[in-house]
Amino acid sequence: MANIKLPAHKVEELKEVCKQFDHQGSELINVLHAAQGLFGYLPAEVQELVANELNLPLAHVYGVVTFYSFFSMTPKGEFPISICMGTACYVRGAEKVLDEFKRLLNVKVGETTPDGKYSVSCLRCVGACGLAPVVTVGEKVYGRVTADDVKGIIAEYNS
Amino acid sequence: METVQLIIDNKEVVVEKGTTILEAAKTIGIDIPTLCYMKLEDTNFENKPGGCRVCVVEVEGRRNLAPACKSECTAGMNINTHSVRVVNARRTVMELILSDHPFECLVCAKSGNCELQSLAQKLGIRDIAYKGEQSHYKSDQSPAIIREMDKCIMCRRCETACTEVQTVGVLSAINRGFESVVATAFEMDLDHSSCTFCGQCVAVCPTGALTERDSTREVMDAIVNPTKTVIVNTAPAVRAALGEEFGMPAGTLVTGKMVSALRKIGFNYVFDTDFAADLTIMEEGTELLGRLGKHLAGDKDVKLPMLTSCCPGWVSFFEHQFPDMLDIPSTAKSPQQMFGAIAKTYFADKLGIKREDMVVVSVMPCLAKKYECSRDEFKVDGNPDVDLSISTRELAQMIKNFNINFDALEEDEFDKPMGESTGASVIFGTTGGVIEAAVRTAYEVHTKKTLERVDFKELRGMEGIRSATIDFDGLPINIGIAHGLGNARKLLEDIRAGKSQFHAIEIMACPGGCIGGGGQPYHHGKIEVLKKRQAAIYSEDEKKVIRKSHENPDIKKLYAEFLGEPCGHKSHELLHTHYYNKQKKSEL
Repeated sequence: MANIKLPAHKVEELKEVCKQFDHQGSELINVLHAAQGLFGYLPAEVQELVANELNLPLAHVYGVVTFYSFFSMTPKGEFPISICMGTACYVRGAEKVLDEFKRLLNVKVGETTPDGKYSVSCLRCVGACGLAPVVTVGEKVYGRVTADDVKGIIAEYNS
Repeated sequence: METVQLIIDNKEVVVEKGTTILEAAKTIGIDIPTLCYMKLEDTNFENKPGGCRVCVVEVEGRRNLAPACKSECTAGMNINTHSVRVVNARRTVMELILSDHPFECLVCAKSGNCELQSLAQKLGIRDIAYKGEQSHYKSDQSPAIIREMDKCIMCRRCETACTEVQTVGVLSAINRGFESVVATAFEMDLDHSSCTFCGQCVAVCPTGALTERDSTREVMDAIVNPTKTVIVNTAPAVRAALGEEFGMPAGTLVTGKMVSALRKIGFNYVFDTDFAADLTIMEEGTELLGRLGKHLAGDKDVKLPMLTSCCPGWVSFFEHQFPDMLDIPSTAKSPQQMFGAIAKTYFADKLGIKREDMVVVSVMPCLAKKYECSRDEFKVDGNPDVDLSISTRELAQMIKNFNINFDALEEDEFDKPMGESTGASVIFGTTGGVIEAAVRTAYEVHTKKTLERVDFKELRGMEGIRSATIDFDGLPINIGIAHGLGNARKLLEDIRAGKSQFHAIEIMACPGGCIGGGGQPYHHGKIEVLKKRQAAIYSEDEKKVIRKSHENPDIKKLYAEFLGEPCGHKSHELLHTHYYNKQKKSEL
């Protein structure tokens, strides 16, 4: 467990979030969601903070973080790439797209490139099945992506 | 009471609404096999995640088989608990579970006591049709508890024990699917977590995933070492449970046979932790009267209630979770540590040997005792007061190793002086016992009158939290009792909030007290076992001629020859301790 120093203003912001949820343990998933939005990922220190604020056992928080694939304990890249593996995207070839991202960036799902630039993750349905297969990079959405498009998408951020 | 009528295996049965099929079947003598399910009546332990599916039954008109532990009875149900379909389903479920379980039964610590093993035998599993990947996790080797999670079947009983019953919360299910397992936060070793080593996870684990650290080999090495004098002492709860390991009914007292067995094994001196329990009462009782006296004299800074400190699981619990209240528990060491401290000074002097040449072994119903004796403050220049602590189960294992016919043993008596004990010390083994023993002594010391009756039935029982007011000749003393750390937490939170009206509180970490300790023979979810052990403890007390700690002649002699006064200078040095803030960074 690496020791990292969390930026004080983000810690305060997270505490504020917990307060908004009335420090209710039953709001754990919502709080973690917000925490990941704030920090980009959920390092041990953030989980400890959440456990204390919501008065929950740390093991329980860790259990929830490891259960849901949405939550990540590794920092996302500057450009987080997500490939939708929902049913529609999957049947239209999302796996080939994913494999191409993994091959070109030389990372596994959930990992970040050593330069911190790109991270690759999977998600389940963004609600745009008409555009399947869907890839998102940060907030930007790419539709009807094929394996051949992957190189170009990466290049857009390679400046 | 609203009832429902249904049919189970062609028998009509009427049960209260809300009863599960499993419980309803039990009322007519049908034991549906279970694996993940466990319920300890009278405690708040209930585990029914409905995860293993071993208890499935056929319900007429329902397409799928129903898990009996989770499904409530409804009117007119027609249930078959042993149709061919049910039997085949159970076997399939079992084969699937076993397909991800190491085949190490011959060398597994749980062999012969494993619920998975007995179920496989009952269902007649001879071959596993399903071959595939197996889970591998790193083993966690703490001073007290060993976790070999390759053997975990995800029943989650340990999680229920740790999080719901004990409210310690270091164990949780993590990950999902094939990867899922019960673990600590960030999969750290137990030793680095807030684990109290109470061992209740071990007590309920159906397989060999959770076991105690085995120290029997080290004990044998000490016994054969000619330069060492090896001294053993046995905790009160051990004598009320050891017999179960040799097929005797629960509640059989085997004190005399146990002493014989220990002599045969080759210990140089067979002593009784009860002696040290009497000593604990002298110190703790004096401390209580001291605090009470100050309180009555108007001292506003004196800490009350005073909490007992015999239980190392409980001590760890407040060090980790209530570090702001370290000055509330008694500073008296536990009987195990008092025994070690006296053995390696007073008794070593009597024998004329150095402490390094003495090995103190304790037999405990407890796993936290293993951790306790490894704590640095209980060592002198690196030499521990208690060298090795083995569980009741480990002692049984040694007796079997030595090929001793336990049943045929003659009854023998403890050696003197540290084998002399009173009825007060025997009841240390059950919830309510320590405080009853303390009351017997504190009453007589305070009032200077002799107790008419020494039995304080109002302090006895199995309810998780109990209270009673004892009349100290006009002075009402309010006493609280909690067993199980979840119950202890409630009393502690009251104290923190300034709401507690108690003068003294007894706390034991394990449900039932030491009789239900993590090192005792496995109860397999039968609460009657604990009740019978409790009855055995009280019957031993009744049989004793001396039933008050301060009347133990060898304790009187110890004070006269060596210690001086209870809570005096020497006592403070040897018999009292202090507590540490062990709160993890994560709990700040």
